Amino acid sequence: MGELMSVQGIRAAYAVGERKILAVDDVSLTLRKGEVLGLAGESGCGKSTLATVLALAARPPLYVKSGKMLLEGKPIDLTLQHQLPRELRGQVISVLPQGAMNSLNPTARVRDLAYDVLRAHQPGIKRPEAYDRTRERLEQLGLPARVLESYPHQLSGGMKQRVVAVISTLLNPKILIADEPTSALDVSSQKSVVNLLNKLLDTGVISSIVFIAHDLPLLREIADRIAIMYAGKTAEVGTNKDIIDAPKHPYTQALIGSILVPEPYVRQRRIEGIEGSPPDLRSPPSGCRFHPRCKHAMPKCAQTEPPEFGTPERFAACWLLEETVKS
Amino acid sequence: MTQSPSVQSVGTALLEVSHLTRNFGSGKNAISAVKDVSFSLQPGEIVAVVGESGSGKSTLARLVLRLLAPSSGSIGFLGGDANALSTADYWRDVQAVFQDPYASFNQFYTVQRILGNALALSKERLSGAERERRMRDGLVAVGLKAEEILGKWPHQLSGGQRQRVMMARALMLQPKLLVADEPTSALDASLRVSVLNLLSDLRKRYGMSILFITHDIGQAYYLCDRMLVMYQGELVEQGTVEEVVRGAKHPYTQRLLADVPKLH
Amino acid sequence: MNLFLRQLLTNGRFRFSVVLMLLMVVFAVVGPMVNHHNPLFAVGGRFDPPSPRAFLGTDVIGNDVWVQLMHGTGTSLKIGLLAGAIATFIGVVIGTLAGFLGGVVDEALMGLTNVIITIPTIVILILLSVAVETRSLVSLGIIIGVTSWPWTARAVRAQTASLRTREHVDVARLSGARTFSIILWEILPYMFSYIFMAFVLQLASGILNEAALSLLGLGPDNTISLGKMLQFAIQGEAVRTGAYWAFLPPTILLALISFSLLLLQSSMDEVFNPRLRRA
Repeated sequence: MGELMSVQGIRAAYAVGERKILAVDDVSLTLRKGEVLGLAGESGCGKSTLATVLALAARPPLYVKSGKMLLEGKPIDLTLQHQLPRELRGQVISVLPQGAMNSLNPTARVRDLAYDVLRAHQPGIKRPEAYDRTRERLEQLGLPARVLESYPHQLSGGMKQRVVAVISTLLNPKILIADEPTSALDVSSQKSVVNLLNKLLDTGVISSIVFIAHDLPLLREIADRIAIMYAGKTAEVGTNKDIIDAPKHPYTQALIGSILVPEPYVRQRRIEGIEGSPPDLRSPPSGCRFHPRCKHAMPKCAQTEPPEFGTPERFAACWLLEETVKS
Repeated sequence: MTQSPSVQSVGTALLEVSHLTRNFGSGKNAISAVKDVSFSLQPGEIVAVVGESGSGKSTLARLVLRLLAPSSGSIGFLGGDANALSTADYWRDVQAVFQDPYASFNQFYTVQRILGNALALSKERLSGAERERRMRDGLVAVGLKAEEILGKWPHQLSGGQRQRVMMARALMLQPKLLVADEPTSALDASLRVSVLNLLSDLRKRYGMSILFITHDIGQAYYLCDRMLVMYQGELVEQGTVEEVVRGAKHPYTQRLLADVPKLH
Repeated sequence: MNLFLRQLLTNGRFRFSVVLMLLMVVFAVVGPMVNHHNPLFAVGGRFDPPSPRAFLGTDVIGNDVWVQLMHGTGTSLKIGLLAGAIATFIGVVIGTLAGFLGGVVDEALMGLTNVIITIPTIVILILLSVAVETRSLVSLGIIIGVTSWPWTARAVRAQTASLRTREHVDVARLSGARTFSIILWEILPYMFSYIFMAFVLQLASGILNEAALSLLGLGPDNTISLGKMLQFAIQGEAVRTGAYWAFLPPTILLALISFSLLLLQSSMDEVFNPRLRRA
């Protein structure tokens, strides 16, 4: 599989008054053609900020301090915020946010939203043509065409998200950045959204997805590879199987350990969460950022930041892995 | 997870909900948010009400809390009719923790004042020192340091801390029943577990019963003894969590279980 | 909350309107302290043009327009403040009760409100003004206040009805708080900015209502207001005789007051209503 997008050393900060909060600190990732890359972590870990940067949508008070992107082989300097090729948005990269339709104009029908999207790309397009194209797409994906006539409030939460997913991919973008698209939904609606995203991939409408979630079981179902973020840094990267079945970073292990699924082992013992709360990014801990909450913390962890042990495809940033690497 | 002490004992039920119905709107637009729901809850028992959004589970919680009057049906409490008790008496024994730890706080109050307001319910007149002691005990019981928290404003607390303060608020009144309406859905997975563990510990320590409202069958399975499944306002299935999770009978419950993302 | 304050203070429109408003208040308050002339005491002839003695000229009976302007602005602001305070108070009481209690109380109070809204305010104002024996600054303020609360009541009711369902209100109820204390401590603080904005609008409309009544000859007796200045100017045919100094200054001041108050309100709305801010 070829590379579709890769980013190197992204650092992005929010500037609020005099204070700067570094929400993403030196993150590098690769997105290949045809894959779903999952980004997971607790709230405040920087996953949504990273999604904004990847979507070329960073705007004040969010600034990209450093970072390069290769998009289909073309280099893009992310720090030049005002010169970002915004024409790529919608056509090459598109975004599916959480609760998308709740922020849309409640007096516009779905078809009006679709028309707006198509018109932005193709100024001369007539309404009937825009409606037909949207109807065709809905039918292709197995959604009822009558939603075209609906207003946002007439649709259920799950249907809203699916409709927004269809509209935001009308221009056949290569990459869909889905920022917690299912977090506000119940499990059945979640499943319907995930099924739709899979269908968008299968039918070739889009070629890759970056899927941001805090819910690891969900990522296990949709993602091919998963990156775990903690306090603005990538703690661990690996395939879906690597992360879920053989996590190496204590943080990933703790995250997986605190998952509650209706499987027998869950009731057989007391599950421990992770003590403490994620650090304040205004003054992150020294060394490994996870060390104040880590069960395996060593003196070294508080002093020196661990490098990424492994390959860019499968690594974990934890000192525990140093010896395994040496031996 | 440790099992509860003796539940299902034959004594008086703590809560006896029978044929509870609540309609909203009138005429053509009338909808029944809760339809003819009956169940009982024994002292010391943790029971989950599971359902998706719009299933009526939150309305049921508000009915049980007497924040909302039922259209028909009755709520029995400790063998009597709940309505025979004044709300102040009822709320001394039945307290709540809500879903949104941000919205639960009056942002213009410090923690001290929020906790102090709840003490107004207590029967005896409390001295300043006694009030202070109860607040401290409540905060300590939920794993917070009183001196760090009491003077704080809501926006200075994290989501997990807020939810714990809300539990401390309920605990100070030593209720017999705690209605927890999605107390963890706004929290991260790691905090979620610790809040659930705390609820479980409170039951063990104080013998408190808990009605746990959730959309997450996994959490219900971890924490609870029994499970009630609600769908479109009706109670479609109930049983011990094992019975429901291992041998769901109602098609809705089966679908719900099938839709839960698995880990293995 | 500090964030809102900071946003307000950095909002150009807010700062501009506050400065403009303060200038006019200073003019009305400090002016008469420095200049001790009686506004109702003739200093010259009919419509004397501006001169070093009366630097905005004189009105139809020879009173100094500049001195009248200082006192008139003060009177208009006082009537506006009184009317605004009364209208806001009644509106908040009725609105919160209707919104919080709902049901029959809501229907009765909103029925009353809607009935009053459908009767043109100016008609009630005229009838009340004619009915009172002496039209003082205070009685005029009260009359305007008791006729203009319905809009505030409606707006406050809508806000209250949505705040009522918030979880912190449930928490307060579960703590045994009574209706009055919930409205006072759980609802009102959340509406403070909103109520203040409604008050600013009521203040502006109170001042304009005073001008309208005064133009009809129903203004306050034995004092001068911006509306009465206009009334005198029109009665003396200042427009036809070209005595612009008699009618332009009060007109401009009235316009400036309403402009700065409306700007103040909309700049606050921009800060407190994030949806508007984004657009």
